Parts: sequence; structure tokens; C-alpha cells
Amino acid sequence: MTSAINFINIGERTNVTGSARFKRLIKEEDYDTALSVAREQVENGAQIIDINMDEGMLDSVEAMRKFLNLIAGEPDIAKVPVMVDSSKWEVIEAGLKCIQGKGMVNSISLKEGEDKFLEQAQACLDYGAAVVVMAFDEAGQADTEDRKVEIAERGYALLVDKLDFPPEDIIFDLNIFAIATGIEEHNNYAVDFINATKRVRESCPGCHVSGGLSNVSFSFRGNETVRQAMHSVFLYHAIPAGLDMAIVNAGQLEVYDDIPDKLREACEDVVLNRRDDATERLLDLAEEYKGKGKKKDSKEDLAWREFEVNKRLEHALVKGIDSYVTEDTEEARQKASRPLDVIEGPLMDGMNVVGDLFGAGKMFLPQVVKSARVMKKAVAYLLPFIEEEKEEADKGSNNGTIIMATVKGDVHDIGKNIVGVVLQCNNFEVIDLGVMVPMNDILDAAEKHNAHVIGLSGLITPSLDEMVNVAAEMQRRGMNTPLLIGGATTSRAHTAVKIDPAYNGAVMWVKDASRSVPVASRMVSKDARAKLEAELKDDYDKLRERHSNKKKDKFLTLAQARANGVALDWDNYEPPRPKLPETTEYALREAPPYISGEASDESGIYVFEDFPLEQLVDTIDWTPFFLSWEMKGRYPNILNDPNKGPEARKLFDEAQAMLKQIVDEKWLTAKGVAGIFPAQRVGDDIHVLNDDRSETVHVMHNLRQQSEHREGVPNRSLADFIAPEDAGKPDWVGAFAVTAGLGSKDIVERYKAQNDDYNAILVEALADRLAESFAEWLHKFVRTELWGHAADETLANEDLIGEKYKGIRPAPGYPACPEHTEKDTLWEMLDVEARTGIELTESRAMWPGAAVSGWYFSHPESRYFVVGRVAKDQVKDYAKRKGWDIATAEKWIGPNLGYEPGGGEE
Amino acid sequence: MSDLIDALAERILVLDGAMGTMIQNHDPNEADYRGERFADWESDLKGNNDLLTLTKPELIRDITAQYAAAGSDILTTNTFSATTIAQADYHMEDLAVELNIEAAKIARSVAEEYATADKPRWVAGVIGPTNRTASISPDVNDPGKRNTDFDELAKAYGEAAEALLEGGVDIILMETIFDTLNAKAAIYAYRKILRERNIDVPLMISGTITDASGRTLSGQTTEAFYNSVVHARPLTVGLNCALGPDALRTYVAEMSRIAPCYVHAYPNAGLPNEFGEYDLTPDEMAEHIGEWADSGLLNMAGGCCGSTPEHIGAIAQAVEGKAPRQRPDIKRAMRLSGLEPFTASA
Repeated sequence: MTSAINFINIGERTNVTGSARFKRLIKEEDYDTALSVAREQVENGAQIIDINMDEGMLDSVEAMRKFLNLIAGEPDIAKVPVMVDSSKWEVIEAGLKCIQGKGMVNSISLKEGEDKFLEQAQACLDYGAAVVVMAFDEAGQADTEDRKVEIAERGYALLVDKLDFPPEDIIFDLNIFAIATGIEEHNNYAVDFINATKRVRESCPGCHVSGGLSNVSFSFRGNETVRQAMHSVFLYHAIPAGLDMAIVNAGQLEVYDDIPDKLREACEDVVLNRRDDATERLLDLAEEYKGKGKKKDSKEDLAWREFEVNKRLEHALVKGIDSYVTEDTEEARQKASRPLDVIEGPLMDGMNVVGDLFGAGKMFLPQVVKSARVMKKAVAYLLPFIEEEKEEADKGSNNGTIIMATVKGDVHDIGKNIVGVVLQCNNFEVIDLGVMVPMNDILDAAEKHNAHVIGLSGLITPSLDEMVNVAAEMQRRGMNTPLLIGGATTSRAHTAVKIDPAYNGAVMWVKDASRSVPVASRMVSKDARAKLEAELKDDYDKLRERHSNKKKDKFLTLAQARANGVALDWDNYEPPRPKLPETTEYALREAPPYISGEASDESGIYVFEDFPLEQLVDTIDWTPFFLSWEMKGRYPNILNDPNKGPEARKLFDEAQAMLKQIVDEKWLTAKGVAGIFPAQRVGDDIHVLNDDRSETVHVMHNLRQQSEHREGVPNRSLADFIAPEDAGKPDWVGAFAVTAGLGSKDIVERYKAQNDDYNAILVEALADRLAESFAEWLHKFVRTELWGHAADETLANEDLIGEKYKGIRPAPGYPACPEHTEKDTLWEMLDVEARTGIELTESRAMWPGAAVSGWYFSHPESRYFVVGRVAKDQVKDYAKRKGWDIATAEKWIGPNLGYEPGGGEE
Repeated sequence: MSDLIDALAERILVLDGAMGTMIQNHDPNEADYRGERFADWESDLKGNNDLLTLTKPELIRDITAQYAAAGSDILTTNTFSATTIAQADYHMEDLAVELNIEAAKIARSVAEEYATADKPRWVAGVIGPTNRTASISPDVNDPGKRNTDFDELAKAYGEAAEALLEGGVDIILMETIFDTLNAKAAIYAYRKILRERNIDVPLMISGTITDASGRTLSGQTTEAFYNSVVHARPLTVGLNCALGPDALRTYVAEMSRIAPCYVHAYPNAGLPNEFGEYDLTPDEMAEHIGEWADSGLLNMAGGCCGSTPEHIGAIAQAVEGKAPRQRPDIKRAMRLSGLEPFTASA
């Protein structure tokens, strides 16, 4: 980090002489909280942190050592340099012995003569530290301009001439003293400081000037508005004179321009000593601002700690602050007659406030998840007491019990976890069965726990069928528990047309987490439920009717659709020959340790083992990240959105911090594989050939758009982008699979064990982003190196995210090739599981979930498209090509069927 | 010392290669380590490579001579673990001083044997990191805990440095620094010795980037590390060990960019394979180092774990006749560091 403007903020909060709170924390040996004070300062922009343990009741040497050793274990604090601050040399020396970085000593002086001064300065050189020299000599502390300059110049000469001390490592503290004290001699102190600063910076080349800023406003203690205004005005004039660092509360500086004119002028009068009555005038004016002291830094604003305990709990829940929740919960418990009352009383009240604010759009999802974290910690604290009482806390006291699961064959759970947290916030007991949960486990759990609602989640299309199966099984078991459906591929239409008819009980689709609460609430209330069911039936009937009309969309016959395929001009086009051998050479030359592979002139497979995560950070596409937190908007615009901007930025900052940890501490492992193979089109299939093109090794089956298009718009199939045999030109197809999620499971479980769903969800969301970024990186590597068909492309990240490059990487299971079992072929071609550890579930979901796989097409005309619905003749044809019976084909093509399977005519 | 500076201005100097790897190749057994003198020592001694200086001095001398013959300008002493702290594993704290003196003498005598007017040889006395860390807790549940401290380290390093000087080394080389606070203790001791004896001994400081995170074990970036040790006013700073040349290049380039002093590098011969052996051949390694030299990154190069006299021979050939790195003119500024660097523009 470089300080671009010539002013350095030194954090003042970890100083027992300046902060009563920090003093208390150190005296009580609450080092955890003391560390959080240091961390907050760094977060608030302190570039160096001042640490001072000078307090009569403390063993200052030991406190300094202990605190610095603890900081060494906290990378988010230890990243910045330390200012070791003490009036006792032995404390400074103890501190210097604990910091591996180059820090700063505050301070040494000529107070006890030149010998001592030089001896201590020599030690600073030997320990490797910059040094603050106080304007203090044998005669006392310098107050006038001339005295300040004289002492500084003397110290400078001694340091530079006698010790060869680097001038750039010398900082003079020229003593900022209180002004506007009513004592006339004090009136010119600020002017003396500013003038002396200018002279010292000129006569002592290379040096710096510093000071303790809060002194200047000492006489206005208790009036924060005036103090901050004085600080800003002082800096405004001292910085141009050469003050280039100061000990300040980084979170609490008023912007010069934001100071009311009257106040600013009065402050300038006292700082610049412009008129005799300056002090009186500022005192008069100060009355107006008394008690209005707003602290700018909410993290530091501890006024809420004075509230009554229930209010404190509410505040902690709404603000998501978990630092005090245990002590506050304990206090509330002591007041309550039963521990359960704390949950049902203040904690639920607080969560209701959260729920209301969220419902009203005044809180955003990341905040709510943090609130839930506070709630969980409070509940975790109370549970032993509740159990001691031998009461069952979870019966009859909540809004209802909800069983949640990601269905068999699917592994995606970010959305489900978020819904779970939101429901918990609203006093539902949520029993989360996890991912890939077999139908009977879900239903058995529901019966065992007397569940009021069952929630099913899924992301990939085969999960839609599984949800229908669950609904049918519920019908068979004679259940009537309401069913809640959610997840990215689910829809109101699918729920109405496919799931609802399979089950007589209520089936309700929810769009996102924020909708889950009102729906769940209505489902658990008898009256509301009857009404809801009636509404649903009405709504679903309409949807079903619309759907049956839609199905009458006109289809071409498969033969017609093929005839209208993408007609590429193969005569005037040479499919680009992969540069595989050259790439191998590249890999050998550059030798990135993570690439290995084998290639012939015709084909090759490359493995990316333990890919460096840091290479993926810059190319992350953040927009979907915010979307996963239900914050819609394009990145980076979303950060400046007037409404959700502040929360988006906070989420983004926290994501960045975690991302840094993920990368630095290698929480996740990224692996990938990519291959290129000779290929030729045969009908709607793509045959993957051996090197001499004499044999078909694998067959990729594709579907073709079959609905009637307007004139000139082709009915596309991915097969169209590969040269057919009669084109007489060799062509190739590529395949890849990547993951960045290896290792995420343990971390997620660890967070969940700590009741920290917020970070659990954050890890998963980031792993997803890294996997996508990896897929982008790999596609680029393929375009520019491995295949090399776009060797000279230079695209900025936005263009990459906007997919403005040549060639495509469609993924089986997604719109251009929606049938999931094609992943089996991909897994065989690349031996994906053995090479990367990515497994396929029975529904062909990838595990870990933070994974991407797909095909590579190089043709410049290749593009993404949506296959959409297909007619029965194509399903029959596809079944024949795959060697399936019709029913199997209809199952896998299910979501794309343009007709009612089983009966009907095409 | 002036001849060393002259040489650095003219060419890229060649360091030697691994001592441990060469000793392993001879596969000495427990009896070899013990020799007659320590036949009845209370604990196992196999693995105490520094002890071979006393018990098999001809082996150490032979390895050093092989490096000299291969073209090393700078020969290093067999003293990686010759501190009271590291020798405590073998209950041999009391031998630390002797190990340093004798190892220095062996290297000195080889240097003198091989030195010519055209190719003088220098001896660098190695100060290893010890097996303890001053800024990392040995106990995950107690992050404030330490199993050593600055004073203990400074004392051990100081004794080692004095003994090396007594044995006749030309340079002090602090190497494989994975915890910068350890190095700062060594620097503190070194500066004190120089001042008390009113001598000037050039210092080489060599950090270790432990993995692809690009940081030392104690968490510093390359530049933060540089900022933390530059008060020693070293002759060279650089990097060694842990990584092969492929992975180390980025960080050597970074050091070369930021350091106004001379820069050295001696990577491992690749990464250990599943048998713990290093696979990079002399030619492969020399190709990397040659490219670094062409790119103007180096003033001094050699090999760390897995390198052999063949590697050093190939490296010497690869850098021969190539221009040494020009030291950049870096603007003076207050450069502080935590785990990351912080520069105050003046």
C-alpha cells in the first residue's frame, strides 16, 4: 500500500491513555475484544496502528508483548505497520522485539540529554524502526515556533551526522497543544505548530512531521461536533505546511466542506488566531452544537450499550452485532423466569423487527443473515439452560416446523440455506436435511417431526422430476402437509402443471427467500391456509390452461427443422487446427506447475492441478454473486445504488476479505481438465474420432430447435457448428470441466457448527464465482493457446463477461444442450472424475457444486441459443440415437417436451 | 570486501549448491555421524549434518571442493543448524561455537586452494533460521504463545556469527528466513558485533517464500520482507529454498525491482517428487537461471535443496559473460511494513 495523498492516518484507538474502553479491555484481559478494536481501526482506514499500554495499574511491558504477539496471528490487523508507543523505553523495546515488520517508535527525545537520545536512536536502527522525535529537550517541551524548530534541527543533526540515521525514517512530533482554553498564551499554539512545521520540513530534508490531533480541541471535550470541526480545520491548514501524519480516529473526521460555514469560520479564527475574541465566539457557538455530537463511525458508537437489555438485544439483532450477544443474553436470562422466555420474548421481538424491516425493503438479505447469526448464538447460549430445565424448547413455541431438503441427485443449496435462515429469523423451526436427500428420508423426517411444511429445493432440471416424484409419494402416503417449492429452475408454471396435479395437498412455489415467510406463515395457519389453497387452485388452473394452449405452438417436423439448420459455408472456411504440440511446448517453457498434459498433433488432454486461485480473482463476474444474495443490479453500479449501495458495498468488502483468506490460506482447491478431439458432424450428432479419424470413439447427441421460426431464422443445433464428413475438412470439438469447490464442504460445515450461516453461504457463493472465473480463464487459455483459434485476442474483463469472444462453451443441462446425460460422455472423454475429483450424481449434478463443465466450439459463427420445446418425432429419433426407450428419453428431455408424454399425439 | 564489490559490478557471481542433498547422496549412517568422539553420545545423531564437520570433515571438504571446482565464487559453510537452539535437538548446544569455527575453517581452506587472481573465492558463513519461530505460535489454541523470543534468538545468532568470523568467513549469510522476526534478531546481533568490534562484514539476507501464496511462512509479501530487513544495510538481499525456479521467478523479479542493493537467488531444483527427490536437471535449472540473468534480475545465483555440483556447473555456464543486474535508483521514502508494505511518499 502506498499513501497517495501525503497524509498518513495513524489509528489512535488501541491506546490505553486515549481510550477508556481499550484501557478497560486490557485491564480485564479481554484480548479478543481488544483485538477487534485494532481490526476496526484498520477497516476504518488506519494505515498504521498506534499501540500504547502506559497505565499505572498495568504491567505495560507484558501487556505490550502479549497484544503484539496476538496481533501477529491476525493477518487482517498485522498487514499494517505498528507504532510502538510508550513513554517508557523498556516498553518500547519489548514491543520492538515482537514485530516482524518495520514499525515506528513513538517516541524518543532530548529530554534526558544527548547520550540517552543517541543510545535509543541507535537501538531503533538496530531493531529496524522509524522513529518519532518529540520536540522536548533538557529545558522542557517546546511551545513556541522557534523552540520547536530549534529542537527539531538539533535532533536531526545528531541523528543524521552521528548515527547516519536515514532522514526519511525521522518523524518530528512538534507538539499540538490545546487552543481556545481561555488562557491568552495558548492562543497562538496552532499557528506556532503550523509555522514550525513549514520550517522543519525545509531545514530537515526528508523528514516527516506528526502530532496528536485530538489535543488541539481538548477544551471542547464532550462537544464532538466542534471538536471534529476544529480537527478538520487544523488539518486543512497544517497539511499544506507539511504535516504529513497524525494520530487520529480514522472513522471520525468531519469533511472540511461539510462543516457549517459559521462553525468553520469560528474554528479558523481560533486555529489561525485571527481575532482576540475568537475563543469567546467559538464558545458561544459551541452551545448550539452541544449534545448533537454525532459519531460518524457506527462501529465505534457504543451508546446503545446503555440501553435496557431487551433493547440491546434488539439493537444487536437488527445491526447484526454478535460481540455482546452472550453477555446480553445472560443478563436477559437472569431477569426472565425461564430461559425459554428470553427466546420467546426479547429475541423473537427483535427478530420480528428484523422481519418487518426486511419485508419493507429496509434491510437486505446479507444483513438478515447476520441477524440470524446473532440469534443463533443467543439460542446456542440458552440451550443448555433450557435443557437443564428439562423443558422442550422447540415444541409449540414457534410458528411451525419446516423440513427442508435439496432433492436426490442435486447438490445446490445456497438458495435453500438462505430460505432456511430467513424462516428461522421468523421463528420457524427449520430442520435442514442437507443435499441429495432421498424422497423417503424427507417424508419420514416430516412425519417424525410433525412438520407443518416441507420445502424442496433444486437447481438442475432433473430435480424438477424428482420434486414431482416427492409430491406423488406424499399423495400415496396420504399426507396433507403443504409443499414449498423453490430453486433456480423451478417455476410457477412447472409447479402448476407438473407438481400440483400429483398431490392433493397445497403446493406453493416461492420466487425467493423474502417471499418464503408470508407463504410459510399462511400455510401453517388453518384459516389462512384454506384461503391460500383456494387462491392457488384458481391461479394454477389459469396457468394450466395457458400452458395447454401454449403447447399447441406449431412445430416443424424434425426433417423440416434439419433442413432449416444453420447453413455454414464450409467451402470457404478452414476449421482452425488446434495448436496442441505448441501448447505443450508452451507449458514446458513457462512451466506453470499446475499444467500437465499429453497431446498428439490431433488431440490432447490437459490437466490443471491445484490451479492458483489468485489468478481467478480479478476475472470474477460479481453480478451473479449479488444475485445469489437476492440483490439485483449490475456490478459495479450496484455499489453506488442509492438504496442498496451501502449494504452491497459492505457485502462486497466482506466477500473481498474472505476471498483474500480463501486465496492466502488455500481454503479451496481448484482443479480442471480440458481436451480437444477430432470430430465430425453426423446428422444432429457429433462423432468424436480417433487421431487418424478412422473410428468413432464417442458420440455427442444434440437436440435441435423445432418450433416454427420466422423466415430467415434457422433451427439451430450444436451439431451445425462442426464440419460434416462431406465438407472434406477436418474439424475438432473440445470439452472441459473445472471446479473451485474442493475443500468447501469442510469450511461450510465448520461455519455452520459455529452458527454462522452468513459465512457458510459466503464461502459457497465465492466458490461458485471462482469456478465460473476458472471456466472463463480456461476458455481463454483454450482460445489463445491450446486450440489457438483466437491467439491474438485481447479482451478486457467486461468483454469476457459479456462473452464477446470467438467460439462458445455450452454446458450440458443448459439451454443449447439441455439433456443432462450428455455429461456422461464428457466425463468419459476426459476421465473427469479421476482427474479433477468432480463427481456426477444420479441426476447428473456436479459435486462439488462449485463446478462448470461444457463443450468448446471454435467456429466464429457458433453462438448460444435455446433449444426450447421439441416434438415427439425428435424425441423418438433422439431415443434411437441414444439407445433408449421412449420413456427414458421423455424423462430426461422432460422440461423440453412439447407434448404430454405417455399418451397424446405429436 | 572491495574486491567482492568490484566483482559484483562486473559479473554475476555464482553461489554453491545444496550441502544436505550431497550429504544424503553419501548416505552416512549413525556411526558415521558419531565418529569416535561422540560414539557414546546419549541421543541419536543421524541427521545432524552440521556435526559431520567434526566427525567426517573430509566429506564436507570434498563437497565444498566439488562446488568450487564447478565454478562457485562463493562457498558456504556447513552451519545451517549450528546454533544453540537448533543443536538442542541433539543436546549439542555446547558444540555450536565449535561447529561454526571448524566449518568456516574448512570452507576457508577450500577457498584458498581454488582462488586465483582471476577468480578469487569468498566464504559465506551460513546462519540458518533455527527450528523455532518468534512470531508464530506453536499452539493453535493459544495464538499469543511463543516457543522462543527475540533475546534468545539474538543470543544464539550472535554466538554463531562470532564463531563464523573467528573461523575466517568473508560474508555472513542469513538464509532460508521464513520468519522475519527471527531474521531481525539475527540482524540485531550482527549489527551489535560490527559496532563493538568496529569491523565491516558484508551481509547477505535470503528470505523464503513458502508457497504459491507469495508470502513467507510468517505472512509477509516480498516487499514487506525487504522493508523489514533493509536496516541491516545488506550487500545482497534475495530468496532461496522452498520453490523451484519456475515458481520463484515472480518473487525474484519483484525483489529485483524494489531493492537498491544487489540481488541473489538460489532456488530448489524443482519441487520434491513423491520420493522426496528433486527432479530438475542441471540443464533445466540453468535454463531458468540463464533467462533470469538475461532479464537482468540477478547479481548472484546458485542452488538450494536438490542442487548438485552439476547444477552449479550448468548455472555458472549459463550466467557466464552475462551482464549483472543494474541496481535501480529507488527514491528514498519511509518504507514500513506489517505483513504488507507501506510507503509514505516524502
